[in-house]
Amino acid sequence: MSKKTNQGIAFWIFRLLGLIVVGILIWILGFIVWNGIGVINWDFLTKAPTDGMTGGGIFPAIVGTCCLVVGSMVVAFPIGVMSAIYTTEYAGNGKIVRFIRIMTNNLSGIPSIIFGLFGMALFVNALGWGDSIIAGSFTLGLLVLPLVIRTTEEALMAIPDSFRTGSLALGATKLQTIRRVVLPMAFPNIVTGLILSIGRVSGETAPILFTVAAYFLPKLPTSIFDQVMALPYHLYVIATSGTDLEATRPIAYGTALVLIAIVLMMNLLASLLRRYFGKKVKTN
Amino acid sequence: MKRFKRILERIVESILTVSGAVTTVTILLIIIFLFREGLGLFRSPAVEKGYALCVNSSNTVDHLNSHQIKEIFDYEIENWAELGGRDEAIEVFRFDEIFSRYTDEELGADYELLPDKLGEVITSSPGIIAFLPTQYLPQGMQGVKVLRSDRITPADFFGGRQWIPTATPAPQFGVLPLILGTLWVSIVAILIALPLGLGVAIYLSELAGQKMRKILKPTIELLAGIPSVVYGFFGLVVLVPLVQKTFGLPVGETGFTGSLILAIMALPTIITVAEDAMRSTPRAMREASLALGATHWQTIYKVIVPYAKSGISAAVVLGIGRAIGETMAVLMVTGNAAVMPRTLFEPLRTIPATIAAELGEAPAGGAHYQALFLLGCVLFFFTLLISVSAEAISKRNFNKGL
Repeated sequence: MSKKTNQGIAFWIFRLLGLIVVGILIWILGFIVWNGIGVINWDFLTKAPTDGMTGGGIFPAIVGTCCLVVGSMVVAFPIGVMSAIYTTEYAGNGKIVRFIRIMTNNLSGIPSIIFGLFGMALFVNALGWGDSIIAGSFTLGLLVLPLVIRTTEEALMAIPDSFRTGSLALGATKLQTIRRVVLPMAFPNIVTGLILSIGRVSGETAPILFTVAAYFLPKLPTSIFDQVMALPYHLYVIATSGTDLEATRPIAYGTALVLIAIVLMMNLLASLLRRYFGKKVKTN
Repeated sequence: MKRFKRILERIVESILTVSGAVTTVTILLIIIFLFREGLGLFRSPAVEKGYALCVNSSNTVDHLNSHQIKEIFDYEIENWAELGGRDEAIEVFRFDEIFSRYTDEELGADYELLPDKLGEVITSSPGIIAFLPTQYLPQGMQGVKVLRSDRITPADFFGGRQWIPTATPAPQFGVLPLILGTLWVSIVAILIALPLGLGVAIYLSELAGQKMRKILKPTIELLAGIPSVVYGFFGLVVLVPLVQKTFGLPVGETGFTGSLILAIMALPTIITVAEDAMRSTPRAMREASLALGATHWQTIYKVIVPYAKSGISAAVVLGIGRAIGETMAVLMVTGNAAVMPRTLFEPLRTIPATIAAELGEAPAGGAHYQALFLLGCVLFFFTLLISVSAEAISKRNFNKGL
């Protein structure tokens, strides 16, 4: 066999593998959309579950997930951005910043179920918050912290140094430079990171299992110490513990579709933003 | 005014400095809390809390470990001689049996005579072992000896081959089947994902045109973005029946099904990391190879892949890390049987799935709860090991590049 045929065969195999990966995605998404789209209607999105979870909608779960998204962002976003400002603008390139980077990396490698355990031990039991939105928000916030930090760092590092030195040369202090020059320029990319984090948080199940999620709770939360239902947990419950499969499967498909739609919309929005602002910064 | 501003600035800057430590502090807190709860297990007695084991005072055995207790109450050990005692048949006595031996009147209205009657039973039969609540213990009675119960030891935990947290009187917390289950499922997942992921990475970095890249890159991002519970649901509804039918199994919820789902989930990690490594091959090396008359394909597998070897190893390690820690998807498709796995085609159970499935039912502070936290510690160290080795591997690559 000649070198050329070898190459031809190998390249066709690679092309095929590429197509297989695309195929897998289409298979999964197509399956959920195909089965779920018929279930989605106004009532499904705005009504509480009824008849022992075999009927009705998923409104409380949607509200719960929104609460958790907002809560976890309140926890993670300010501190994450500040941490990133410190590592990129102040810490220089020494041992400390290397250590911090390694720690951030390690934190992002910790499995989500460990965050669940930790959140239960610290927020639910030790601090006595019980199963509540605030406990879940803190748990999810810590989980998503490395993502916030990393995207913010990238956004800050993308700002050319000439802007900083220019500002400093005009007599601005370092903090003024950061506040008036670096942050406004990096803002769009920081927001992109925020959106990615929202996508991540809204799909996580394991951390909320023992910190906030309620099996069935048709009323809406009134304070941050209330339990809530959440979309991912609702999907897990409906998919695994129902006895009446014929009644619960459609609800599961619908829930999965709503969940995927939220998560993918966030990802799409983030990449659109990135592309849009990427162009804008270049033309400056 | 200027002075005030400067002070304010210093304050803000110190707040920023402090916030730089937030990830480190989080990791420390995680370690502290996991261990504080988890290590309590080794202070727990082998017998369930609130209960004790009694024997006849003529018995020479005076302590038992958790495994021995379980074997006795499972009727696997039937003679005291096997435990270093006299040659005497073991008679197992559970607390409820007292109610079939005595009437309610004999036990007293508030069961105040219960301890005496229990004492009578124990004194009268030399081979007896009785499992009793401590509140009814016949304390200080002649002829009754309360067994000193061993604590659960690290050897019980790390070397135990049985995970039966609800067994009475002695729950079994052997972590081996769970560790094995986790490793089996993850490693097979990587074996499935690696050829596919590597192929796609080569395709992306070397062959794909602009158009194909524009399709593939977002595809991979989307695959990484799908929540794990959705993967689990997909696995449950599609892959489980598929595996069952294809291999003619009694149940489709097997370790292999878990590996399949994990393989799909690990793909984005493997592809991205491996592609980055291959793209970083210096142009000069590629061109030298092509100039020597090698085809593009020969250049790929003789120059680029070897050059990117450590990057690819890092991809494998990170993929395994992702697979080991994955909870929901695995929980939903592997069938969750906590037994020593013999083949991949039967239900098994991983560490994260065990935590997720059982923590809700384990009362806080009990031995079961502590055992689950200790599982968390084990998992934590697995993933820490993986992070560190991935770091070391990619650093090696960096040095070589210079």
